[in-house]
Amino acid sequence: MGLDGTAALVGYAEFPHERKYTGPRQFTLEQWAELTRLALEDAGLELRDVNGIVCTDIRETGSFTPATIVEYLDQPVNFAERVDLGGASPVSMVWRAAVAIELGVADVVVCAMPARPIPSNPVRAPVDPRRYFQSSSANWGSPQAEFEIPYGNLAQNCGYAMIANRYASEFGYDEEAMAKLVVDQRKSGAVNPLAAFYEREVSIDDVLNSKMIADPLHMLEIVMPVAGGASVVLASKDIAKRCNHRPVWVKGFGEHLTMKTPTFAKDLCRSPVGPASSKAFEMAGVQRSEIDAAEIYDCYSITVLLTLEDAGFCGKGQGADFVKNNDLSYSGNFPVNSHGGQLGMGQAGGAGGMTQVIEGVQQIMGRADARQMAKCDTVYVSGTGGIMSEQSALILQGA
Amino acid sequence: MAEPSNPFVKPLPLVTPTTKPYWDGLNEGVVKLQYCGVCNCYIFYPRSHCPRCLNQQLDWREVSGEGTLHTFTVTSQPTAPHFADEVPQMLAMVDLDVGVRMTSTLKNVEPENIKVGMRVKPFFDPLSEDITLLRFQPA
Repeated sequence: MGLDGTAALVGYAEFPHERKYTGPRQFTLEQWAELTRLALEDAGLELRDVNGIVCTDIRETGSFTPATIVEYLDQPVNFAERVDLGGASPVSMVWRAAVAIELGVADVVVCAMPARPIPSNPVRAPVDPRRYFQSSSANWGSPQAEFEIPYGNLAQNCGYAMIANRYASEFGYDEEAMAKLVVDQRKSGAVNPLAAFYEREVSIDDVLNSKMIADPLHMLEIVMPVAGGASVVLASKDIAKRCNHRPVWVKGFGEHLTMKTPTFAKDLCRSPVGPASSKAFEMAGVQRSEIDAAEIYDCYSITVLLTLEDAGFCGKGQGADFVKNNDLSYSGNFPVNSHGGQLGMGQAGGAGGMTQVIEGVQQIMGRADARQMAKCDTVYVSGTGGIMSEQSALILQGA
Repeated sequence: MAEPSNPFVKPLPLVTPTTKPYWDGLNEGVVKLQYCGVCNCYIFYPRSHCPRCLNQQLDWREVSGEGTLHTFTVTSQPTAPHFADEVPQMLAMVDLDVGVRMTSTLKNVEPENIKVGMRVKPFFDPLSEDITLLRFQPA
């Protein structure tokens, strides 16, 4: 049971990642239209070919999101989905699109994630102090409002830090290995002109001397928020073969969720990446040893370490040795986040995880320019939402 | 001249009908948890249904509140401006001996002395007439 692998990623678009966005401001609906235009142009398709969309939230409405987008594009669809899986959304959007195409519900599906600032609202609303709780819900009746936020256990940094400290108590903690992971990714980001840290490599000392934010996580082990946005377009087999580039087939996927707050994880050190990845590899019929590049969701260094282990690229507790014994940069023996990852590009909100999908597509299409690998046919992509709470994985393959 | 109002008032729990016995217990200086007599397990946070068997007939039982530190972090910048006065925050996950895990913060310990696996006991911290937070301190 699973995919036949007959739906393909055929085009993409990616806005530059900018710490300070200075270009013209557009609403997210307008950015949706632009990301759609660019991805279709890249694939060699027309708007009228589209009959499916997958979105996340947009700024102009709180509900009825797909209908709002479809109306704006004036393009009827047979498949409309809004995904709410945090950072895992892009990976999960792609597999939903592939499933819709394989089922024959849609032929061409656009997945877009705008992440640039919108025009300033002339009606100034007072800032709600609860916005600082970020992804932790302060709503009436929310378990987090009652049992997490009053203690200050909120947002992302402290949760990942507590995972790292638990990992340290079970397996030890090699902070130089954690820093090397960042160094390798920043080396790749330094040759990616769309990255916020383009041409800015760092050393292990730079990472370890950066400010400690939540022990043991240093600032350079944490993504920097940037403006950006990205989109991909998927198509059925017949259409994919007529498109501009080598089709990138979606061969396998997995998804696994267990909790919202990591306090309620069954095991902090064995994340839902494990089951999600096992399902993806099994569905694709691909072995770990066949993976040419791993594009791993990297909101924090510890996220990548846990994913390398839980996805089965090395054993549990062996992640630090794996990082130290392999060159993870784009020119290395086992590229991880060959585009720099979000640690190298910056994190464009929810679109951050789309960079991992697009890098896999670019490498397989042979369009990764300065960081192009000599051979890249099979790629593993992971998505992480919340605090290792919602996870998804993809196996992408060239013909 | 009036003092400028601080928008970052500490967020206090809003007690719900389901969770009230837990907060009532803390106000009295005891830890009371839900118990499922079908599964013979304690439940945290309080719920309408046992998350193992969906039984709705849950008892409240008093427990010692002693436990072990599962993990922690020490912050150098506040997790939100509301907690600026608590930096370095000593955030913790605590495994109670009765088999539930909860989020809390640590008291009466220096950051450098915090160790995963250390024994902890309750520190009842009254924040208002209605709310006492359950924090933990070395046992």
